[in-house]
Amino acid sequence: MIGAAIAYGLSGNGARVLVLDGGDTDFRAAKANFGLVWVQGKGCGNPAYQRLSHEAAGLWPAFADQLTDETGIRLDYESKGGLNFCVGASELEARGARLTQWHREVPDLAPCTRMLDRGELEALLPGVRLGDNVSGASFGATDGHVNPLRLLAAMQKGLVQRGSVLLGNQPVDRIVPLSQGGFSVHAREQRYDAAQIIIAAGLGSSALGPMVGLDVPLRPQRGQLMVTERLAPLLPLPASGIRQTDEGTVMIGLTQEDVGFDISTTSAAAAQMSRHALQVLPDLARARLIRQWSCLRIMTPDGCPVYAESADYPGAWVALCHSGVTLASFHAGPLADCLRNARLDSRLNFFHHERFDVSSID
Amino acid sequence: MFHQLTDSGAQALTLTIDGERVTASPGETVASVLLRQESPVARSTPVHGNPRAPYCMMGVCFDCLATVDGVASTQTCLVAVRDGMTVERQHGKRSITA
Repeated sequence: MIGAAIAYGLSGNGARVLVLDGGDTDFRAAKANFGLVWVQGKGCGNPAYQRLSHEAAGLWPAFADQLTDETGIRLDYESKGGLNFCVGASELEARGARLTQWHREVPDLAPCTRMLDRGELEALLPGVRLGDNVSGASFGATDGHVNPLRLLAAMQKGLVQRGSVLLGNQPVDRIVPLSQGGFSVHAREQRYDAAQIIIAAGLGSSALGPMVGLDVPLRPQRGQLMVTERLAPLLPLPASGIRQTDEGTVMIGLTQEDVGFDISTTSAAAAQMSRHALQVLPDLARARLIRQWSCLRIMTPDGCPVYAESADYPGAWVALCHSGVTLASFHAGPLADCLRNARLDSRLNFFHHERFDVSSID
Repeated sequence: MFHQLTDSGAQALTLTIDGERVTASPGETVASVLLRQESPVARSTPVHGNPRAPYCMMGVCFDCLATVDGVASTQTCLVAVRDGMTVERQHGKRSITA
């Protein structure tokens, strides 16, 4: 998702861009995504990440329009706001306190969320039958959702239409810095030379980065989700952990599990996710579940993205995050512009992975 | 139109499809009974409303979904008929809030 977005943004105007995409059976967070374009609560404790999420959400409408205009692929993008449902009084109170703190971390930005009590929530969702214990919700005005599979397909089609080359099933096994500058990238017995390379290989970046002095600590975090059959509209706004897609399926999530490189699904998670979904929308008890799946999030130690150039091998870059959908507009826009000029904007300084070096901590 | 090769005669069960009484043989599936009707349609699709009839007959394609004894989106090729069964064809997106 990240590589496709950057490549789409870099493509055109005579740029020569080659995308080496991994194997079909690689861990692909991009193909298991929940599809939220989400700001509320993002980057609590890391204002730079919060600012980046606001920026990306602001860029999304124009980004979506352009992508659809260019490719003809409908993204089902909607930005009418998003909800975080709360069950019980203490959950509502805790959510409010957390978002108050979150807003305090960027005092110059007008708050984009507000807390809704049960009555206000019902007024916002006429005709929706909420569970008896739903106490309210936080409402994020800048939140939305999109079909993540269509997004990925559109960015891939768009980058090819702009004249770049996309090679699928080409997992990179070696990157060699060349003595005269530039790099050779080896995949499936083929060698590709480039003056600049960007590693956006998700969890696979742990193996590739150190070859060019980009050692980013990463861990997989498993997320499970489920989807129902296609249903008549029952939830007009996307919510954290529950959203109805344009086609009518209801996606239900999610888990955050530290289980290594294991993409099994578990019945315990299915039960826990179902229980929570039914607390919010009890009518879902009559829906059929169609599928449950899981994938691995790409987590840095603080959960924030990494954008950096190698100090040892200039021209080698890394771009990693676990919010590839929300940040797609930023990756295809401002980040691609920075990479084209081989210079990251100073507002992105926070996102260098040197923040994880033990020696750099005061 | 499909028809039964053998006449099961006295063994016939009765069920209703959209309120109409039809006969069936013990052991056959709801999907096979649907296929014998003048309209073999089990459902129409949720997004485009296209008609779908039983197809794979082995639980894979999900084209044969219908409401059986009040349970919506039932794979009719996996359910054996019973006397008195109520089958309703399912059209478009199903509402679970009504």
